Amino acid sequence: MEGVIYTGIPSAEELAGCPGVPSEARMKRGRVACIECVQEIPCNPCEGICKFGAITVGEQITNLPCLNEEKCTGCGLCVANCPGLAITILDQSYSETEATIDFPFEYLPLPEAGDRVEAVSRSGETVCQGRILRVTKLPAYAGTAVIRMAVPQEYIDTVRSMKRLPRGQKKGSATK
Amino acid sequence: MKTIQTDVAIVGAGSAGLSAAYQAATAGADVLVIDENRLPGGQLFKQIHKFFGSREHQAGTRGYRIGQELLSRVEKSGARVWLNTLVYGMEKDCSLGVIHNGEHYVVRAKKVIVAAGAKENYMAFPGSTLPGVMGAGAAQTMINVNRVLPGERILMLGSGNVGLIVSYQLMQAGAEVVALVEGAPRIGGYGVHAGKIRRAGVPIYTSHTIKRVLGTNAVEGVEIVEVGPGFVPIPGTEKKFDVDTVCLAVGLNPMTELIWMAGCAFCFLPAFGGHVPLHDSNMETTVSGLYVAGDVTGVEEASSAMEEGNLAGVAAAESLGLLSPEQAAEKKAEITARLNTLRSGMFGERRRTAKEQQLNSMKHYRAKEAE
Repeated sequence: MEGVIYTGIPSAEELAGCPGVPSEARMKRGRVACIECVQEIPCNPCEGICKFGAITVGEQITNLPCLNEEKCTGCGLCVANCPGLAITILDQSYSETEATIDFPFEYLPLPEAGDRVEAVSRSGETVCQGRILRVTKLPAYAGTAVIRMAVPQEYIDTVRSMKRLPRGQKKGSATK
Repeated sequence: MKTIQTDVAIVGAGSAGLSAAYQAATAGADVLVIDENRLPGGQLFKQIHKFFGSREHQAGTRGYRIGQELLSRVEKSGARVWLNTLVYGMEKDCSLGVIHNGEHYVVRAKKVIVAAGAKENYMAFPGSTLPGVMGAGAAQTMINVNRVLPGERILMLGSGNVGLIVSYQLMQAGAEVVALVEGAPRIGGYGVHAGKIRRAGVPIYTSHTIKRVLGTNAVEGVEIVEVGPGFVPIPGTEKKFDVDTVCLAVGLNPMTELIWMAGCAFCFLPAFGGHVPLHDSNMETTVSGLYVAGDVTGVEEASSAMEEGNLAGVAAAESLGLLSPEQAAEKKAEITARLNTLRSGMFGERRRTAKEQQLNSMKHYRAKEAE
């Protein structure tokens, strides 16, 4: 059966009806938050962290976060602040052939810029190779790293994370 | 035998007990908190994930940080905390039998708040007594408090938030979670928690249960089976996994033993994990001067435990005359509003209904008593 309550993965219909997911046109224009939050749970840190007022939950804390895609600058503060790790920043304007995704990552070891890693889907399956552009760790991220990865344009809707790197691997020794 | 007199005695130094201690002590009460553990904080210090909820509940902050902050507020409030201390019984007058530093004490308090928490449920199946089969909470204590990995390859049973979060944390600690198995046809916890472990490649088998654990002296594998209506196993659907550890996240039940001893009235609410004490909106039970807070009143989660502790602490201080009815009413209204928020939405509805039932049962009890 499809759907988040059966699989842990939002179905295409759930994502299509999700007020946090930006339009195709907006994604093509450049960096924008993609909030894949489809269940009404009491949670609103994303609303408070956004400096641009681009995310609204409202008085009723169980409302789904609603993205104002015109206000969103793709700054990415919300990515590390979402306790559900449900937000990514997508950029389809990165190049003719590649798009980028900024995703939250809480496993060690971390990759380094330049590493080639396995880009994975919402169900953890390897989709393609990803190229790490940047790994950001800030005090404001409270232990969550935000990783920017370039993947071929055609996979940007499918890729949502990267495969964990083996433990004990020396820093920077992933394939360059 | 020594006797200790205090305004407020609190059993349990977890989320609820520490919050109650902070409220009562800052109102001016002499507070003694007692906990059998070596460290204060209850389950809070095991919670390395970022909490949900509202900004008022420090959502986005990791649980152990919330615990550290709460503990430092309690330390500054003047409340005393006795650790490594056992409360073995409670008399009908609410005096507590206590063993502290090998000595026997009777603690007589004007108000007693029991915030004893909950314990994990277990499940029996062939092989369930083998070393390596453990509660998910036990595994979480091992990795996040004691920094010991219970195993390399783990199967988790139960898809509530505990099963989902502990699976994630086991992978963060370096283990492989080979599968998560759930008896019901749907995932019990938050979809976003399930999404984290799915992205890490963990398959979730709903409508499945453990048939048996294999091994002679330790866990060597596990066999799961699909279940049909009524949780009846369907022959021929068995799957085997090569694992060294099986974790059970099959619910919790309130630790109500002390409250039974005091003679409180109870009701049975499956949504809360079993028998729970009746209490009013001040968290006071049917025994006057005895309050309850946190999972012992019905299993929920850390944020609501903290709020119930706040309520009980304020109410106890009010009944001691340390807060005026107006001051107390204002605080209680704020806390209750935050509690209602935590019990809202599709995941909060069952708990909200159960809590209403519990409060209504208390009203009926008092009305009957008044007749």
